[in-house]
Amino acid sequence: MSEPLLDVRDLRVSFRTRTGVVTAVDGISFTVGPGDVVGLVGESGSGKSVSMLSVLGLIDNPNCVIEGQALFKGRDLLTMSDDELRAVRGQEIAMIFQDPMTALTPVYTAGWHISEQIRAHEKVSKKAALARAVQLLDAVGIPNAADRVNSYPHEFSGGMRQRVVIAMALSCNPSLLIADEPTTALDVTIQAQILELLKSLQSEFGSSIVLITHDMGVVSQMSDRVMVMYGGRLAEAGPRREVMRNPLHPYTWGLMASIPPTDGTRVARLAAIPGAPISPGDPDRDHCLFSARCRFVSDTCRPQPELVEHIPGHFDSCVLPFADRVELRRQAMTPLEVAP
Amino acid sequence: MSEPVVDEGGLLLKARQIAKHFPIRTSQGKQLVQAVDGVSLSVRAGETLGLVGESGCGKSTLGRCLVRLLDPTSGEVIFDGVDITTKSRRELRTLRLGFQMIFQDPYASLNPRRRALATVEEPMLTHSLGTNAEIRARALMLLEQVGFDPSYADRYPHEFSGGQRQRLGIARALAVAPKLLIADEPVSALDVSIQAQVLNLLSDLQRDNDLTYVFIAHDLAVVHHIADRIGVMYLGELVEVGSSTDVYTAPRHPYTEALISAIPVIDAEAEMRERIVLTGDLPSPIDKPAGCAFNPRCHYAQDICRTDKPTLQLLDDGREVACHFPL
Repeated sequence: MSEPLLDVRDLRVSFRTRTGVVTAVDGISFTVGPGDVVGLVGESGSGKSVSMLSVLGLIDNPNCVIEGQALFKGRDLLTMSDDELRAVRGQEIAMIFQDPMTALTPVYTAGWHISEQIRAHEKVSKKAALARAVQLLDAVGIPNAADRVNSYPHEFSGGMRQRVVIAMALSCNPSLLIADEPTTALDVTIQAQILELLKSLQSEFGSSIVLITHDMGVVSQMSDRVMVMYGGRLAEAGPRREVMRNPLHPYTWGLMASIPPTDGTRVARLAAIPGAPISPGDPDRDHCLFSARCRFVSDTCRPQPELVEHIPGHFDSCVLPFADRVELRRQAMTPLEVAP
Repeated sequence: MSEPVVDEGGLLLKARQIAKHFPIRTSQGKQLVQAVDGVSLSVRAGETLGLVGESGCGKSTLGRCLVRLLDPTSGEVIFDGVDITTKSRRELRTLRLGFQMIFQDPYASLNPRRRALATVEEPMLTHSLGTNAEIRARALMLLEQVGFDPSYADRYPHEFSGGQRQRLGIARALAVAPKLLIADEPVSALDVSIQAQVLNLLSDLQRDNDLTYVFIAHDLAVVHHIADRIGVMYLGELVEVGSSTDVYTAPRHPYTEALISAIPVIDAEAEMRERIVLTGDLPSPIDKPAGCAFNPRCHYAQDICRTDKPTLQLLDDGREVACHFPL
């Protein structure tokens, strides 16, 4: 494998609060290679957004403690000065957020947003930057880009606004794009458009993408590799096809079984995960964090299990005997016909 | 427009030609947002009717018209043989014992200063449905039914998680023992694992209490899971109605087909799905396209679709589709 573009090592993010330390990210390590699309999937509070925000130095909270390393092209983002980081952000690493309206300033036009971004990183005239903005808007599929460049955010629909944000993110041709729930606020038919767009832009520009989402379907459509997070840790990580067809961690099983089948079959009840996600403020963390909700819990779930590579490239952090997993998965994912 | 042909027996709710127009002021003067435009539907006792569509299709407005949280501009809603559209507010109060609503945002729909038990008791006190002791007992029973142990009774909404708040909202809706529940996006604000729990709870409650549901959501996979019949809405109109399995596995309206193909599936390779990516955005309900409202985005559109508006027709397989060229 070639040199990774982003190499995150043992990243830990915690917040000091009045009620104690809240651990949002609890020692995750992963790499993103050039041209890779990595899906980071998990529920609210799993640490998926915080992990990427902390890597980019976007957490503006004096009570936040970030430990570990995040090597981008060999340089540690976590020890960079603000000026160095500013040169990387926007130019080499760009981010797309969930809500395109809050990512845009309502009093400026789409063209201003994009040319501002270009001019922050490159020495070009306003005119040239605006011309680039038109090209970019055209590339992300906004009709009449030459006119629309003068439109304000509120004049665009949600999907079109997200396209403007994508155009902004791509304006400096970043080698890494971090997309945090880019389609969650959009309707399904518009979501399909934006995902197609991201895919085609990815193959055209060759950027790597880290896609943060709660939607297993979106992840499986977009990513080469999938990482499933729970309680700030990686529950499972591996190539997409492996994780989707041969999930190994009981949390991944539950997550998949919680989604109503999309193949046309109907079940009476879903094999839902009982209980609620673990609170990141819980001080007792030396155990499998999913064990409280896991039907296969036993004494071996304590202390905290290691991430093990059972199949080449496919990691999981469960202590269940590997040989039994297929059978246990069948039990866990079979929809329940009647209430227990 | 043809009336849907249905067996009149066992109908709990029937809506005829519901329209809801909102007047607005724009730079072009006064205009009408045609949020719901001539929707007729019927719900049989004990079934779940799913209403699905994208934002702005009028599904929530329709849901609110069905319980008269909004007064429809025209049309009538007949609940259990009574036309509720002509009733006064006072009469509605009693009638609403028969139908209740669950909302999308369980936090906004709960009083932050009222404890869980009081929240569930309130509708019963309002309607004087028993002595205080009976009401308290029933409220505790309902809290248990939606999965809370008694220690939760004295908690305030902010002490509950999103899924728990939604369950509290469900308990409150059930307090007056309604026959019909209208659920407007009840699970879309929840995490998937919690969403599955609430969907299971709704299924259990339906079975145990003989409930009838109108389930409004944008997620077709969820609607397919919970509903017996599905109505697909586009720009204020129903474009396809049929059994859940039929609509999902063999859609006959091009919009339904596109909506289904847009669902991101977990194992796309295994399902061998052909993706139809719709071009363009949803047109504005202020200025609807002439002819079929879907024609600007439709892959199959022909000349007639741009001039003549198709009406909901009953096809030979029992499906109702508003399309000149059903699939």
